[in-house]
Amino acid sequence: MLEVSGLSKRFGGLQAVRDVALKVPPGSITALIGPNGAGKTTTFAMIAGFIRPDSGRVVLDGHDIAGRRPDQIAEAGMVRTFQITQPFAGLTVLENIRLGAFLRSADTSAATAAARAVGLRLGLGPFLDRPAAALTVAGRKRLEVARALATAPRMLLLDEVMAGLNPTEIQEIVAMIRAIRDGGVTVLLIEHIMQAVAALADDVYVLAEGALIAHGPPRAIAHDDRVIEAYLGRGAAAKLGAHA
Amino acid sequence: MAEIYAAALINGLLIGGVYALVALGLTLIYGVLHIVNFAHGSLLMVAMFAAWLMAEKAGVHPYAALPVVALAMFALGWLLYRYVIGRVSRGEDRAILLATLGVAVVLDNVFLTLFGGDTRQIESDLTFAVIEAGPLLLSVPKVIAFAVSLLLAGALWAFMALTDTGRAIRAVAKEPEGARLMGIRPERIFALAYGIGIGCLGAAGCLLLPSFFVSPHVGNVFVLVAFTIVVLGGMGSFPGAVVGGLLIGVTESLGGLWLGESLGPIGISLVFIAVLLFRPTGLFGAAR
Amino acid sequence: MKAPLIVVGLVLALGPFALTSQSLVNFAMLTVVSAFLGQCWNIAGGFGGLTSFGHTIFFGTGAYTAAILQTRWGLNPWLALPAALVTGSLVGAAIGAAAFRAGLRGSYFALVTLAFAEVFRVLSNSLDFTRGGLGINIPLGMGAGNFQFADRRSTYAVALAFLVLATAAAAWLKRARFGARLAALRENEDAAAALGVNLVRTKTIALALSGGLTALGGVLYAQTYLYVDPAISFGVERSVEMLLVAMIGGAGTVWGPILGAIVLHIIADVSRSWIDTPGFAPMLYGVVLLVIIGLLPRGIIGIWERWRA
Ligand SMILES: Nc1ncnc2c1ncn2[C@@H]1O[C@H](COP(=O)(O)OP(=O)(O)OP(=O)(O)O)[C@@H](O)[C@H]1O
Ligand SMILES: [Mg+2]
Repeated sequence: MLEVSGLSKRFGGLQAVRDVALKVPPGSITALIGPNGAGKTTTFAMIAGFIRPDSGRVVLDGHDIAGRRPDQIAEAGMVRTFQITQPFAGLTVLENIRLGAFLRSADTSAATAAARAVGLRLGLGPFLDRPAAALTVAGRKRLEVARALATAPRMLLLDEVMAGLNPTEIQEIVAMIRAIRDGGVTVLLIEHIMQAVAALADDVYVLAEGALIAHGPPRAIAHDDRVIEAYLGRGAAAKLGAHA
Repeated sequence: MAEIYAAALINGLLIGGVYALVALGLTLIYGVLHIVNFAHGSLLMVAMFAAWLMAEKAGVHPYAALPVVALAMFALGWLLYRYVIGRVSRGEDRAILLATLGVAVVLDNVFLTLFGGDTRQIESDLTFAVIEAGPLLLSVPKVIAFAVSLLLAGALWAFMALTDTGRAIRAVAKEPEGARLMGIRPERIFALAYGIGIGCLGAAGCLLLPSFFVSPHVGNVFVLVAFTIVVLGGMGSFPGAVVGGLLIGVTESLGGLWLGESLGPIGISLVFIAVLLFRPTGLFGAAR
Repeated sequence: MKAPLIVVGLVLALGPFALTSQSLVNFAMLTVVSAFLGQCWNIAGGFGGLTSFGHTIFFGTGAYTAAILQTRWGLNPWLALPAALVTGSLVGAAIGAAAFRAGLRGSYFALVTLAFAEVFRVLSNSLDFTRGGLGINIPLGMGAGNFQFADRRSTYAVALAFLVLATAAAAWLKRARFGARLAALRENEDAAAALGVNLVRTKTIALALSGGLTALGGVLYAQTYLYVDPAISFGVERSVEMLLVAMIGGAGTVWGPILGAIVLHIIADVSRSWIDTPGFAPMLYGVVLLVIIGLLPRGIIGIWERWRA
């Protein structure tokens, strides 16, 4: 479905992303994890056309899309969400979602109906006619997903849609993502919450300081020394091992 | 032929000095408050009227009135920010832009109501005085305006670089929240910076008056010029404002020479559009 | 609730046809023209957040289109309407494409439109094609076939038709996908792009639409006063008035500009009976603008919305 190779980006003196390669098979849930500042969001932004990569290829369904505009990529069926939520603050929740639905239908009543259905499915029903600015953090995260989903994507890029949610909300959103995948949408997600990653992902890539350091099924990743060190600091793996 | 060009060049540089001072106020306001002060031209008009009134009603020469007018304009700017622009706009970009537009509309029309639309000038011994420099004749008020403007620009730079207040202003410009943690109150600094920017206009008004006319619409003449300079020099850049001012002064004067009286002014607008479209960071601005 | 409003609206709109006082009809005509121009600004500036400070570019383009079409090419002035629609939208598309491609927004867009207006003013002031600073006189030839009306009520009828057209465009924006995309860009450009909205194309079309409609107002001006010149066409005052009407009434709403125009023209008329100098009414406009931005950011129509909520 999605194949990325040699992706790099430098911000001034900082190599934010270095030679990243990943493969997301169709119908899968793939996770991209890593400590803060690892370059995950930057990788997403490059895949979705928001940041022009210094080098590298982004191939969606066999077409190289690197250098295309975000709206073209959305049109092609791949839509991202924003870690820092970006609601259309002055519009209602329904209008927010409907903008996504308008990508596939020019008809206002059809788009409204589609948006309402998506909103209800994601538990935004009671808020549909309220201004998006009035939503809580959890509500905004859902709105991000709802808008993206309303575009009827074939591939979703979810950037930390669980951050800031309580355990019940996380369970709900995990179920929701699974349902989205079962509906035929391929998912690439960035997440810090390891239980969620373990519950959802078929495959995990680990990024640290801009470079991939590990790749494999969630179970293997959780015991990978390099990953433990990346998260907890140098020597941590050895110490953990000594205690065990 | 060469003399005509030399004269145009020198004239452009001389007027450019005052432009630089006008633009310095604008760039300071942009650099610190990140607002596009659309009322800048109108406030310059107010300063020029103040200088004109001092000369006409009290017989004070604009140069003697300069400190008073500059101080009064500082106070006006401070009050405007504190009680109108800062209040009304709640920090929203569009609201700030429209608030400064509203201030411009009010000021222009207050003066139109009070003084009518006529253009006014003062006549003093200096108005037509010239210095002979080789084959060139330099207008004395323009030479004085140029020299004093650059002097004031230097003084402003020193103030910003060397005093505690200047450092506080720069700290707020960079990181309003960080400055707050250091015990600086950004809102105060904003009003102060706005006041200083408008104070520059007080000085510029006094320097312009002996060689320029004033009318309620004179702000329109300057507003685009000032923005062109600031954009050309890089929004927020001090050296940019000075170099930009001189460049625009010369552009205007050579534009008039080449394109004629009526088509000449197009040069500035075209420079402005070209910079915005092709190099929005200007000559000295950092990439944003 | 709706029915009484419709009745009031119809009475206000159709009342002037029953008036015999030319000065009252004139007042109604000027108000409707203002409302129309404000509505045109609103299409770009309100719905799309494209705060233009130079909208008179399109008005002037329309006025010169009408004048040049007749005096140079001897065409019937009614043809100026479709022609102005074309020239106005082309100018809008050109400026829009250049500005939005360069990523200009907010204050920078406002400034670049102001500069373009100045370019148009200087050009029309110095080209022979536009007869420079002399302006263009349109030869007198009263008659409906010649788009010159002795009775102001006919002018009013045309203005009203324009206002209905522009308001229909605004109502369409409120409903349709294009308007939703425009509003989304106004609220958050990144989010809109992520959901498939083409920024340059959407904003450019909006400016072209607004420009084409605004140009119609220029044609009506030329046919009413039979004279156009650079200051009338491209002076900053008209740009500001268009913006004021929309902002004061309620930018981004369908009825705001109409309300704004009525309020401003009442202020102008009343204030003229107090102090009759050229600057007094515009000064009050400026004060009203400041009050509105400070207290009612959604415009006068915001009072109504608040009351209904
Ligand atoms: N536009 C930018 N300009 C300069 N530096 C940037 C920019 N965007 C990101 N960075 C830097 O690049 C690095 C990677 O940032 P990125 O947001 O991709 O990390 P992340 O893995 O998503 O982190 P987090 O888990 O905190 O969201 C960080 O050091 C960040 O400060
Ligand atoms: Mg991130």
